[in-house]
Amino acid sequence: MSSTPSRGHQLDRVAVTGGTHGNELSGVYLVKHWLQNPSELQRGTFAATPFLANPKATKRCIRYLSQDLNRSFTRTFLTSKETQDGPYEVRQAQEINQLFGPKGSADAFDFIFDLHNTVSNMVACLILDSEENVFTMHMCHYIQKHTQGPCPIYLYGLPGQENYSLQSVAKNGLGLELGPQPHGVLRADVLSHMRALVACGLDFIDLFNQGTSFPAFDIVAYKIIEPMDFPQSPSGELLGFVHPQLQDKDFFPLKPGDPIFQLFSGEEIFYEGDATIYPAFINEAAYYEKGVAFYKMKKCTFSIPPLEAPEASAP
Amino acid sequence: MECQSALQGQRKKGEEVKTAWRPPGALTDSSVSWWCPQKCQSWQGELGRMTALLGAKSPLRRVAIFGGTHGNELSGVLLVKHWEEDGAEVQRTGLQVKPFIANPRAVQKGSRYIDCDLNRVFDPAHLGEEMPENSPYEVVRAQEIHRLFGPKGGKDAYDVILDLHNTTANMGCTLILETSKNDLLIQMFHYIKSCLAPRPCFVYLIDRPSLKYATTRSVAKHPVGVEVGPQPQGVLRADILDQMRRIVGHALDFIQYFNEGREFPACSLEVYRVMEKVDYPRKENGEIAAVIHPSLQDQDWKPLNPGDPVFLTLDGKTIPFDGDSTVYPVFVNEAAYYEKGEAFATTLKVTLTARSLNSSSP
Ligand SMILES: [Zn+2]
Repeated sequence: MSSTPSRGHQLDRVAVTGGTHGNELSGVYLVKHWLQNPSELQRGTFAATPFLANPKATKRCIRYLSQDLNRSFTRTFLTSKETQDGPYEVRQAQEINQLFGPKGSADAFDFIFDLHNTVSNMVACLILDSEENVFTMHMCHYIQKHTQGPCPIYLYGLPGQENYSLQSVAKNGLGLELGPQPHGVLRADVLSHMRALVACGLDFIDLFNQGTSFPAFDIVAYKIIEPMDFPQSPSGELLGFVHPQLQDKDFFPLKPGDPIFQLFSGEEIFYEGDATIYPAFINEAAYYEKGVAFYKMKKCTFSIPPLEAPEASAP
Repeated sequence: MECQSALQGQRKKGEEVKTAWRPPGALTDSSVSWWCPQKCQSWQGELGRMTALLGAKSPLRRVAIFGGTHGNELSGVLLVKHWEEDGAEVQRTGLQVKPFIANPRAVQKGSRYIDCDLNRVFDPAHLGEEMPENSPYEVVRAQEIHRLFGPKGGKDAYDVILDLHNTTANMGCTLILETSKNDLLIQMFHYIKSCLAPRPCFVYLIDRPSLKYATTRSVAKHPVGVEVGPQPQGVLRADILDQMRRIVGHALDFIQYFNEGREFPACSLEVYRVMEKVDYPRKENGEIAAVIHPSLQDQDWKPLNPGDPVFLTLDGKTIPFDGDSTVYPVFVNEAAYYEKGEAFATTLKVTLTARSLNSSSP
C-alpha cells in the first residue's frame, strides 16, 4: 500500500468510499461487499481500499447525525480541536483525513471514488471540483466512452470557495452520483450501474499506471451557477413544488419563461433568468432542508490537454 | 366525467336526511367525553358494536383527512397543510371535513416517526393504558388521536378517516381496506375506481388477523388508507400529489352523494388480499444478503409465478420465488419496510360484493 518515490506519478493508493451519506444505499452495499470480497477492486498495478465513510449514519440509515459529512472537509473542521464532544461528522472527517490525507499533502491518497445516490433523474453523474483537474477529466472521458448510458459531468467548484468534499482529501477524486433511487432503497439496476462505473474508473487508473498516454479532447461539462430555491412562505413553509414539466428533466435545457413550480393554489411559476440553463439535482430529497429545488448549471465545452503516461512506468 | 355518468339515472333524495340527523358532539380538543367511557376494558364488545355499525346506512357527517401519519410521506403532509390554510377544496355540503397532521413532530423532523411507527399502535394495549411518564411519543399521540377522532369502536367516533400515505414502491393509486364486510367502503372504492379509470386504482385488503396492523385511521368507523407511489421519502412529486388529490376529491364526492340519498346499486370489487410477507435473504448479522431482482422491481400487482426470480445477490446468484401458486406482489422494495423485514407482500385476487346502498334506508 505504501507509495514509493520512484513511482511517484503512478497511482498506487486508491480508496472507494460508500456511505458518506448513510441512506444512499448503493455505495453502502457495494463497500460492505468489497470489505468482505476485495478481489473486485484489484488491478495489476494497484488494489483499491474500500471504506465505509459514515458508519453511524449508515447504521441508522440516515444522511448524517450532526452535519453533512460531505461538507466537513474544510480547514476549519479538519483542524478543529474539540474532537471528543464535537459533532460526530467532524470527528469522522478528521479520521478520514488521517487515513487518506492529510488533505493537500504529499502523503495523501492518489485517488478517491466517493459513491452517492440521488432521488433526482441524474442517471450516472460524474462529479468533480473543476475542469482544471486534467487527470479526472480524462477518467470521465474514458468512463463516458466505455460504459453504457449518459454520464453527465458536474463541476461543483465555485470561484474562491474552499473545497469541502470527502474526495478533496485525496490528490484526485471523483464522485459518482447515481439516480433516480429513493434514499433507503436498493435498486438492482442502479447498483449494477454504479459497480460498472467503479470498475471502469479502476481500469482507467490501471491503464495509466501501465504506461498509457491519453490524447487531448473536447468535452461537454456542466458548471454550477447557483441554487434555485423553492417558493416558500416567510416562515419557511413550502408554497409549491417542482412543476411536472420540469420534474425528471435534469440536464435538459430550461429556457426563460419555462414553468418551474406549481403552487398548491394551482398557480404556475416561470423561470425568469435571461439565458438558457441546465438544471440538476431537481427535487433532491436531501436539499429540501436547504430550501433548494434544483441547481442552475451552465453547459460548457472544455478542451482538455493530453495526459502523459507516468514516468518509470512498468515495462 | 366518468364518475358523473356512472351516477346518471340514480335518484336523489337527501334534504330530509340532512335535517333529521343530529351530530354527536362538537369537536373540541379538550373534550373529555370523547374518551372511550369504558376505558376500552371490553374491547371485544367494542369491536362487536363497530361491526354492527358497518352495515348501518345513516349519513356520514364527520370526515377527517390525515396527512403525516408518517412524517416523510410528503404528499399527504403538504396537502393537509394546504387544506388547513384553505379548505375550500375539501368542503362538501352537509359534511364536516377536518384536515389533520397526525404526527407533527415526525413531520417537523422529516422522518417516518420519532419513537415508533404511529400506524401500528392503535391497539387496546396502547390506547387503553395509563401513560407512564416516558411513553413513546407516538403512543401519547395515538391516545390523543383516539380521544379526538374516536373512541375507536365507539358510536361517537368519526365516520370516515382518509389516511394519506406514500410508498417508494411502484403501486400507483392504492386504496387500503381493512375488512371485506364493509359495504359502504366497497361502494366508495368502486366509485373512486370508476372515477379514476382508465388510470388503474388497486384495492389492498389487509383483513388477515395475523397481518393486520393497528392503523391510525382505525379509530374511525370507516377507515380508508390511501397509498400513492412511487415517490421517494422526503420528496414531493407533482404527479403523485395530483393523483392523491383526485382520490380525496372523489372520496368526498361519494360521501356527499351518499348523504344526499343517491342510490349506489349492488356492485363487485376486485381486491388484492394480503397473504404473507416475504423478507430479504439475510446474513448472520441480520444485514440483507440480496436485493430485489430487476425483473421483480416495479412490478407491483403483476403476477409472480413459482420459480420466477425475486432476489439477486452481489455474486450474481438469482433466488427464485418458492411459493406454490401465482401471487401478486405489493410494496416491492418499500424503503420503510427494510427494518420491518419485508421485501414485499404477496396477495391473491379476490372479488368482494356490496349490497346496494343509500343513506335513506331505515
Ligand atoms: Zn405511510
